[in-house]
Amino acid sequence: MTESPNLVAFTPERLETVKEIIARYPEGRQKSALLPVLHVAQEQWGWLSSEVMDYVAGILKIEPVEVYEVATFYTMYHLDPVGKHVIEYCRTGPCCLMGGEDVYGHLKQKLGIEAGGTTADGKFTLKEVECLAACGWGPVFQIREQFYMNLTNEKVDQIIEDLSK
Amino acid sequence: MARKILTEHINVPGIETFDVYRKQGGYTAVEKAIKTMTPEEVVEEAKKSGVRGRGGAGFPMGMKWGFLAKPEGVPRYLVCNADESEPGTFKDHHLMKCIPHLLIEGMIISSFALGANKSFIYVRGELMYVIRILEKAIAEAKAQGFLGKNILGSGYDLELVVQPGGGAYICGEETALLESLEGKRGNPRNKPPFPAVKGLYQSPTVVNNVESISNMPWIINNGGDAYATIGIGRSTGTKLISASGHIQKPGVYEIELGVSVDEFLNSDEYCGGVRKGHYLKALVAGGSSVPILPANLITKTAAGEDRLMTYESLSDGGFATGTMLGSGGFIVFDETACIVRNTWNFSRFYHHESCGQCSPCREGTGWMEKVLHRIEHGHGSMHDIDLLVDISKKIEGNTICPLGDAAAWPVASAIRHFRDEFVWHITHPQEATQPGAVYMGEMVLG
Repeated sequence: MTESPNLVAFTPERLETVKEIIARYPEGRQKSALLPVLHVAQEQWGWLSSEVMDYVAGILKIEPVEVYEVATFYTMYHLDPVGKHVIEYCRTGPCCLMGGEDVYGHLKQKLGIEAGGTTADGKFTLKEVECLAACGWGPVFQIREQFYMNLTNEKVDQIIEDLSK
Repeated sequence: MARKILTEHINVPGIETFDVYRKQGGYTAVEKAIKTMTPEEVVEEAKKSGVRGRGGAGFPMGMKWGFLAKPEGVPRYLVCNADESEPGTFKDHHLMKCIPHLLIEGMIISSFALGANKSFIYVRGELMYVIRILEKAIAEAKAQGFLGKNILGSGYDLELVVQPGGGAYICGEETALLESLEGKRGNPRNKPPFPAVKGLYQSPTVVNNVESISNMPWIINNGGDAYATIGIGRSTGTKLISASGHIQKPGVYEIELGVSVDEFLNSDEYCGGVRKGHYLKALVAGGSSVPILPANLITKTAAGEDRLMTYESLSDGGFATGTMLGSGGFIVFDETACIVRNTWNFSRFYHHESCGQCSPCREGTGWMEKVLHRIEHGHGSMHDIDLLVDISKKIEGNTICPLGDAAAWPVASAIRHFRDEFVWHITHPQEATQPGAVYMGEMVLG
């Protein structure tokens, strides 16, 4: 949560990015910008509150419900506040073959939370996700744009310690 | 060493940059196509190559291009499907990350062939770092005059847009992808009309996979006929295989279609064999959606012939004893893998990813997941096995898009080939629920 969602406006730089995104599509097709603009919004606020979604609807000149129905369909959008680092852990078959379930158990123990939970200090939120298209390098989790691959208990300890600093 | 069409230069340092890619012969196919060929001639080369859709469907790409409607005054679109989400598949991720200009070059050639002036690459949103790599490559190509207005002075204009998804497997289905690209939920459309007639923004549209399009530079440089000499029969060219699971060397490998499954699995050039001290139990050859096969049916067909990595050989025997090449997601299971647990895991995936539009899939995937969950956790009854087969049959063929089939096949095939293991879970719930417990009895053939 980098900023309060009550002050809903993109930063000037992000507003420029959003305008550039909208300009990619043919005239009258600005709704195509919805998914990318929601990613930009989530980058700024960490999650998508209804105020943020209404604000995005206004920018794209579409109805708020058109934003809600998309934000609730796609799993990457967070509809509740999240911690500083959202760990998206792959739970699908090929990662499990590589020991993904054991490493996941270790990670949950280390953080002291279950899937969907956030640590008391607000640093980590844990989410289970489906296949991240990195099966040959499993077990895998993702934090924002970064992939963490070939995970072991030791690697998990190191990553969590580094990010806790 | 096998011929490489897509990955020949993938390990050249700096290949992600325009300059290095260009030095390796990059963008010569764009020059050849745009300066010396008509769009129809480019389509003709694609047809001659016989290259088939590499996303999983295996439909001939040139033929798909031939279906594109061309009404006067209506824009046409090319959309690249880079929503790679099929469990076991990570080849497009690898290709775009390592050699982004190959896809860009393929997109320019393909867009020119189809008469598209604005084309999209729809990349799954989780790969935001790959999207940034592609956007950088596009900016470089544009600065060099290979994209934008009046490409190479030809009068042909093309803009490339990279679109992120939002995390939804279903958007790999081409009409769901188009819905998503229009800013909507990824609900597949009823067909007809097909995208070739009414696609993006109701305009004629072609949707092709990353790997399919990335073959075009080689096809233009060398000719469709030369491409068709690689491979066997209707399985022409090369294929990227994503190898994962219990093998010595997981990774992405480019094979000539026609190499034997045995060679791919066991030679040091590819997977290097099952991990040391273990042996092959089962294999999924084409991504989680295709039927799982036991060891005795994967390197040999039911008739005892060598099984080859081709569309035809892998499907030899139909679903009774065969499978499919699919997306080339090659998942290897050794004797420590529990088939019941894996089948439950895959079922959970399809339940999670069902868009919810068609009731057989929305409800059926949930039921299969629940029944498999209770078998895996020691609460199954013998009736559950037939119940699973029954549900899978009621989903298959009864939905708008193939996700329903994709959810049904892994369950039906696991029961077909590993029924004993399901029975054991039901009759021995205490043993079966011990950590790491795996049924080691006789496997059922056919």
